[in-house]
Amino acid sequence: MENVGALALLLAFCISLYAIVASVVGRLKRKPFLTLSGERAVLAVWFLVTTASGILVYSLMSGDYRMAYVASHTNRDMPPFYKFAAWWGGQEGSLLFWSFLLSTYGAVAIFTTRRSHRNLLPWVVAILSAIQLFFLTLNTFIVSPFQVLAVDRVVTSVADGMGLNPLLQYWAMVIHPPFLYLGYVGFAVPFAFAIASLIEKVPGDSWIHTTRRWTLVTWLFQSTGVALGSAWAYHVLGWGGYWMWDPVENASILPWFAGTAFLHSVMMQEKKGMMKVWNMVLVSTTFFLCIFGTFLTRSGIVSSVHAFAESPIGKYFVSFLALGIAAVIWLILDRLSYLKSEAELESVVSRESSFLFNNLILLASCFAVLWGTLFPVITEKLSNEKISLDAVWFNRLMVPIGLFLLFLTGVGPLFAWRRTSIDSLRKNFQLPGIGMLIVAACLLIGGMRYPYSIISLSLCFFVAATIVMEFFRGSRAISEKMKIGFVPAVIELTHRNTRRYGGYLVHMGIVLMFIGYSGHPFNQTSIGEVDKGSVMQVGAYTLKVMDLTEGDTPNYQWETAILDVSKNGQHIDTLEPTRRFYKAAQQATAIVALRSRLNEDLYINYAARTGNKATLQAYVFPLVDWIWIGVLVLIGGTLVALIPAKVARSYARTEVVGMAKKNATPVTNEA
Amino acid sequence: MKKYGKFAALMAIIVSSLLWLATSTISSSKTYYVTISELHKLGNNAATRRVRVGGDVQKDSIVRGAGTVRFNLIQESNILPVVYEGRDPLPDTFKDGAQALAGGRLDTNGVFHAQEVQAKCASKYAPKPGVAPDGLQKKMVPADGQSAYRSAL
Repeated sequence: MENVGALALLLAFCISLYAIVASVVGRLKRKPFLTLSGERAVLAVWFLVTTASGILVYSLMSGDYRMAYVASHTNRDMPPFYKFAAWWGGQEGSLLFWSFLLSTYGAVAIFTTRRSHRNLLPWVVAILSAIQLFFLTLNTFIVSPFQVLAVDRVVTSVADGMGLNPLLQYWAMVIHPPFLYLGYVGFAVPFAFAIASLIEKVPGDSWIHTTRRWTLVTWLFQSTGVALGSAWAYHVLGWGGYWMWDPVENASILPWFAGTAFLHSVMMQEKKGMMKVWNMVLVSTTFFLCIFGTFLTRSGIVSSVHAFAESPIGKYFVSFLALGIAAVIWLILDRLSYLKSEAELESVVSRESSFLFNNLILLASCFAVLWGTLFPVITEKLSNEKISLDAVWFNRLMVPIGLFLLFLTGVGPLFAWRRTSIDSLRKNFQLPGIGMLIVAACLLIGGMRYPYSIISLSLCFFVAATIVMEFFRGSRAISEKMKIGFVPAVIELTHRNTRRYGGYLVHMGIVLMFIGYSGHPFNQTSIGEVDKGSVMQVGAYTLKVMDLTEGDTPNYQWETAILDVSKNGQHIDTLEPTRRFYKAAQQATAIVALRSRLNEDLYINYAARTGNKATLQAYVFPLVDWIWIGVLVLIGGTLVALIPAKVARSYARTEVVGMAKKNATPVTNEA
Repeated sequence: MKKYGKFAALMAIIVSSLLWLATSTISSSKTYYVTISELHKLGNNAATRRVRVGGDVQKDSIVRGAGTVRFNLIQESNILPVVYEGRDPLPDTFKDGAQALAGGRLDTNGVFHAQEVQAKCASKYAPKPGVAPDGLQKKMVPADGQSAYRSAL
């Protein structure tokens, strides 16, 4: 079995190589048969990689403990769900998973665009196959998932595997990597189309229209993946943090920043024909950051206990990145003249300018996070001292950046293209602005003393108000014109321009998330060693220990504290924080007890047991739920933006008339 | 050109204020990674620096006391006595033989006072040279994405 898998990967490697050669030669020599065979080769690669993946998954599910990968990542008593998830649970398997997703994306991309983009397709095939070739090199020659255990060259098996890290045996953690990978890998397709149109010197921005939906879907996967990771950290790690600027977390947020910047700046190109070079740079940056993110999590370059085991794949990633980046830079410089901007910036208070600053800020945060993450590597190279920066540094920098972005989220969409009149500023911002000041004043009077929380909450109000006003105005106009109720009018309005109003919903999601973040300074903590009958106090809650119990299952042993929760003398809930000791992995993990409400979460972690006393950590986290609600709204908004609009938008450049007039002026002068 | 001047000025303001934020906090939030032997060589400087030192938890060296936990870190036959004085309970992965990273300061008696300890458990399969393939000699590798180790900050 494992031989068939390894053979399939080797064949896929050869066929990918063939796909590159056939597509490039076929395109240059204008031989349609060759390019077509290149496309078919991608399908063949998909079939082979899928076969290899199927074999690995089968071995994991059936518990073939002759295989090193199966023995290191599963054990007999693990639920089938987690056995399946072990596919992406370790280095070898997750690289195979990358290949599988990439070939799937490639096959779908070819299938959907095979008629519309005949001239681009060979290059798209070649670029995707080149990326595939790199990952198959790793899969086949460097870190094969199909290694078997052997003693003195005789294949042997172990009785039971080591199991999956118990901290990872949690639903969000099982679907988090696939989502993140779908997001990482997906950016290969817009990147391939962008580069292909650059190679072919295709005028205009058809690559943007073709890949808009891809980009959005990919971005959705990435956002969901990052959010799931955050939710996992909050619910599983037992200290209630959702983000601590760990290198591995940073790796996942870097392409998200660049991708978000790209999503915004392509609008400039679609509407005005501006920023063409910039968009090329952004789509490439995003793609390379995706590769870099995989590299960072897989190579152990940033050494902390958080990083993964040292592995030999680091230098391959560095070479691949260096080669790819060099090629893209050369290509862009060589074709600069095809990327001329069709319009100029006119005013600081304009939509163009708000996009520009949005991009600047997103890229600055991207760079800052990259710098902070690689700081130990940089200082080691420069001064032989490894210095790391902690979360304090990241927060100091990223909190103001985040607030400024939030502000832009509010004002940007309401600025007019080209320039904004004072009247329109007043119309759009007077009410939200006054409301914002009132909110800030109320918070101050209410005794809030954290400047960032005050700024954040009042900005949240401001942005939310501008969004609600946009919906309200448009819907009222429609409901009066079409004589329909207000709610159908909102739906009609959104359906007419799903991109715009879906975008507003995404912004609303961001606002809700910031409301959640604003609660952070008000967290309360209490730690206590308790036994039966003890009482603990955290915030307004009183926790009484009713009992300490324990038990056993094949997979783990457990201990539970049964707590009676009361507030102001009233019994409100019973919580049971648990601690599990997983036998196969010989490791304990906590199952946090959570009482989630919109205003605050009561969060109890069973941390340790000594004798008949249990150590409990109790926390109150205000507003945290709004982060997860915001994520759901963001997902919903993106889905709305993906629905085709009822009114077909034409992307005729509104500026063309203006340009002509401008160009015409000197001519008349001469005449 | 005047409008480009405005853009340039705004961008310069934003970028320079970010740079200021980034550089002004570096000195207070940097932590040095050192080995145990490097830590001893630092001598008097060690007491003034926040450092992180890594090693394996020496077998049977963990002594849990009231509010503090004492243990020894070993790295290439160098031994460092550590007192953990942090507020939170130690992570689940902290036990005999685990790889640990302690963050804190060295006192003049050569005892390391840790405020935070991160730990990663060692593989339960002891590698026998020339027998097990790479896959099993590795430490436990968690799945992608998030770090699977909890720190007691």
